[in-house]
Amino acid sequence: MSNWLEIGQLKEIPQQGSRVVKTADYNIAVFRTVNDEVFAVKDACPHKQGQLSQGIVHGKKVTCPLHNWTISLESGEALGPDEGCTNVFMAKVEDGLISIDLG
Amino acid sequence: MKEKLVMIGNGMAGMRTIEELLKIAPDMYDITVFGDEPYGNYNRILLSPVLAGDKTIDEIMLNTMPWYEENNIKLHAGDGKRINEINRIARTVTSEDGTVEEYDRLLIATGSKPFIIPVPGHDKEGVIAFRDIKDVDTMLDATKNYKHATIIGGGLLGLEAANGMMQHGMKVTVVHLVDTLMERQMDSVSGKMLKKSLEEKGMDFRMEAQTAEITGNGRVDGIKFADGSSIETDLVVMAVGIRPNMELAEKAGLHCERGIVVNDTMQTYDPKIYSVGECVQHRGDTYGLVAPLFEMAKVCANHLAQMGIGLYEGSVTSTKLKVTGIDLFSAGDFIGDEDTEEMVMQDANSGLYKKLVLKNNKLVGAVLYGDTKEGAWYFQLMRSGQDISDLRDKLLFGESHLGDSGHGGDHILNMSDDTEVCGCNGVCKGDIVQAITSEGLFTLDEVRAHTKASASCGSCTGLVEQILESTLGSDYETPEAKPICKCTDHSHEEVREAIRTRKLTSIKDVRRSMNWKTEDGCPACRMSLNYYVQSAWHNEAQDDPQSRFINERAHANIQKDGKYSVIPRMWGGMTTPDELRAIANVAEKYEIKDVHLTGGQRIGLYGVEKEVLPEIWKDLNDAGMVSGHAYGKAMRTVKTCVGKQWCRFGTQDSTALGIKLEELTWASWMPHKFKLAVSGCPRNCAEATIKDFGVVCVDSGYELHIGGNGGIKVRATDLLCNVKTEEEVMEYCGAFIQYYREDAHYLERTAPWVERIGLSKIIATVVDDEVKRKHYNERFLEAQEISQVDPWKARATGGVAPHEFASIKVVS
Ligand code: SRM
Ligand SMILES: Cc1cc2nc3c(=O)[nH]c(=O)nc-3n(C[C@H](O)[C@H](O)[C@H](O)COP(=O)(O)OP(=O)(O)OC[C@H]3O[C@@H](n4cnc5c(N)ncnc54)[C@H](O)[C@@H]3O)c2cc1C
Ligand code: SF4
Ligand code: FES
Repeated sequence: MSNWLEIGQLKEIPQQGSRVVKTADYNIAVFRTVNDEVFAVKDACPHKQGQLSQGIVHGKKVTCPLHNWTISLESGEALGPDEGCTNVFMAKVEDGLISIDLG
Repeated sequence: MKEKLVMIGNGMAGMRTIEELLKIAPDMYDITVFGDEPYGNYNRILLSPVLAGDKTIDEIMLNTMPWYEENNIKLHAGDGKRINEINRIARTVTSEDGTVEEYDRLLIATGSKPFIIPVPGHDKEGVIAFRDIKDVDTMLDATKNYKHATIIGGGLLGLEAANGMMQHGMKVTVVHLVDTLMERQMDSVSGKMLKKSLEEKGMDFRMEAQTAEITGNGRVDGIKFADGSSIETDLVVMAVGIRPNMELAEKAGLHCERGIVVNDTMQTYDPKIYSVGECVQHRGDTYGLVAPLFEMAKVCANHLAQMGIGLYEGSVTSTKLKVTGIDLFSAGDFIGDEDTEEMVMQDANSGLYKKLVLKNNKLVGAVLYGDTKEGAWYFQLMRSGQDISDLRDKLLFGESHLGDSGHGGDHILNMSDDTEVCGCNGVCKGDIVQAITSEGLFTLDEVRAHTKASASCGSCTGLVEQILESTLGSDYETPEAKPICKCTDHSHEEVREAIRTRKLTSIKDVRRSMNWKTEDGCPACRMSLNYYVQSAWHNEAQDDPQSRFINERAHANIQKDGKYSVIPRMWGGMTTPDELRAIANVAEKYEIKDVHLTGGQRIGLYGVEKEVLPEIWKDLNDAGMVSGHAYGKAMRTVKTCVGKQWCRFGTQDSTALGIKLEELTWASWMPHKFKLAVSGCPRNCAEATIKDFGVVCVDSGYELHIGGNGGIKVRATDLLCNVKTEEEVMEYCGAFIQYYREDAHYLERTAPWVERIGLSKIIATVVDDEVKRKHYNERFLEAQEISQVDPWKARATGGVAPHEFASIKVVS
């Protein structure tokens, strides 16, 4: 089942940056890469729940601000030797508008 | 169509080149590899531990057969796959069994051949070299059927072979031509100590003995020497040296002298053909250790990838003997001549010997016997060519005796496996050793990634490096100038230099101009580059907030649960009832959980939601307060004591001077955090002697101290100089800060920086040279004009970066 929700415009997120969507249960971090691709993952690092939205975005990855784990934005998986995974949400941009699929 | 790259010689240098190439240009070539040994690529260095029974062949594989397949590399390995012809016109290579491959570029990495002394009988059964897995198999077989082995050659390789055979219960004799063992790595004192300890282990020696003939009927049964004496033996291992394996190249008409001649980009005289490893001769030198070969590999890969940067300019090498229980290290010119001086420490009883050779106040050679833990440090000093005048009195005792002691004195070998090495992440020595051996790690970065050791505060980096070294038994991955990160081969210095000379004013420009390997970098290089461009071009470079750590983007310190702290500036540690009232009001209004008196003489508010930060800042701004930059790689605090105003011992007005210094320096960005203090007298209540810049007031004026550090590794300051007036204090302070800002590596605090570049250099620049001091101070003041705006105000009411603090959407 999909449940697409418009969340805002692409230009509201800086390149290599991120913004947060708050829902009743958790926050979703929405990222914009250097090539204007958009990804959304649950804003909780698999390590100790650090806010990935506050990390540094590089390539299609984000580095968590708390202890430097690097998480793939495509899969939500921790990269390298670290192990763990955070939820991924489908995201798309149409006419400059970002939507994410809350599932 | 992809170009074809063919590599001849499936060994350490060649495969390292291929691996480096795959990292930076994975899809550029169709790669074919020829090797005449029937294996993947293995770590030849570790044949010694295999022989000694400490490791198995499987454990020393670097690239297994399936690895080649996974990486789409065509491997021709084993019998018949030895290349015996290169046709440079048709651009093909042909192997013994007739396999032909075409190439667009060719890489020759055929290594070297052991030298076999051509005495009568050298071709008898049971006379071998020590070079490859086959030789090790032969030796191991011999241990089962025979009793006595003789090693000809008392060098590094010969002694490792001898030790290995002895581990299997064989009687071993080492025959050596001169009177010092390992004479190419050791002086005569340490050579004798080595011989003594090996004799104690049961090894026999025949020194100054020249082999004349190998006797035996089919199989070897003895050796005759030139002086007419002889010994019996069942096996002879010749370990008398190696010769670059260059016949193939010579036959193909490539220019060879003692090795295949290459230039600084690892090209032979035929520009389509590259060569790396023991087979090459570069600037007149040949090498027989992996460290330089790996450096060649890096440069070669870079040119194969057509990035066209990086030159190989030759290497200084160091050696270690891989015999358990014997610690020896040597590097550089350890014999010396009339232009050098020596420092020697010898304690024959406990088997310690240390000799350092100095030339023009630089370390040029070292021999360590018995205790080698300082080897890496000496080697680093040699390669960096650092002036050691400041270290002179402590040099011989080693790095652990310097101020920056940290965990100094620990001896890796004596450390038990459950000793905690990394206090931040709770990693013990055993975990690190385990990861290095089971995951096949070579570098500090890899160890960090796999174990987290030294990945946080970094204070245990030196220890981890030592463990890496002692576990690998060789020192082959301490690059001369460490690259900033994996995105580049360039060091901090090279990047800063390029930013200045090529006038690069943005991170993008640097990446483009210096051929970055990744599209948009990683956190490490982005934060460094953002700082470097702004520090070099303060009035032109634009800040890139996305390349700053969250604290500097949010101007508050992120906490474990995602909340933030707020610490307003209290100039010189002074406050007023009005300020205190405003803080109390804020604390009540926003239901601040904790109010803490910080270690920096101010008040911290903890547990604040990010969204309300701008509102809090507005309230504080209204009461005249600004950011304390407690979150930044920036000037933090100026601690002061009450001084002459109140204290019966005070000599000057330390509080007022502290406030002036804080007004001068606040809001400046630094390579790392930067703290100041002013004490009113040498009782030093403001702890000025563990600050980055500390002032101790004395009756005659002011003592200026630099390079202190509380925190992880405590370091007391060095005295910079004495001055008479407050104006001078300000000028020296500005100049010192600016010199530090323009010279230090990003994330290098003043304490390690002072130790790296040396106090005398700083005194020469900031104290002795008035022109330079004024220049740096002026640059500092100029940069401060632009920098001194309150970032809180800019965000609370100035409309800067509103997106940083608000959610993009709230779904109920
Ligand atoms: C707030 C404070 C503790 C307190 O409540 O008293 C503090 C809090 C933190 N310190 Fe500190 N340090 C504080 C005074 C100190 C002092 C004492 C001083 O300044 O006199 C030291 C030792 C002196 C020194 O720096 O030489 C100190 C040495 C460190 C270090 C080790 C630095 C080093 O070079 O060894 C770190 C780690 C780092 O910076 O990488 C650190 C890091 C931190 C961080 C920023 C950790 C982090 O990255 O999140 C802490 C933030 C907590 C938070 O939630 O805001 N803190 N920290 C103090 C703030 C002072 C201020 O008013 O700005
Ligand atoms: C026992 C031992 C211990 C050592 N210990 C240390 C140490 O502690 N520290 C250190 O730094 N160094 C050490 N070394 C030296 C180090 O192993 C070498 O410097 C390094 O392996 C050389 O790498 P290379 O790629 O140039 O040559 P090699 O690794 O020898 O690779 C060359 C390969 O090419 C193959 N080949 C040659 N000609 C052809 C051809 N025509 N066609 C196909 N294949 C061909 C060879 O068979 C070989 O497999 C040690 C060496 C030995 C033998
Ligand atoms: S000492 Fe500093 S860094 Fe460590 S927990 Fe306390 S505040 Fe945090
Ligand atoms: S919480 Fe993300 S790295 Fe620790």
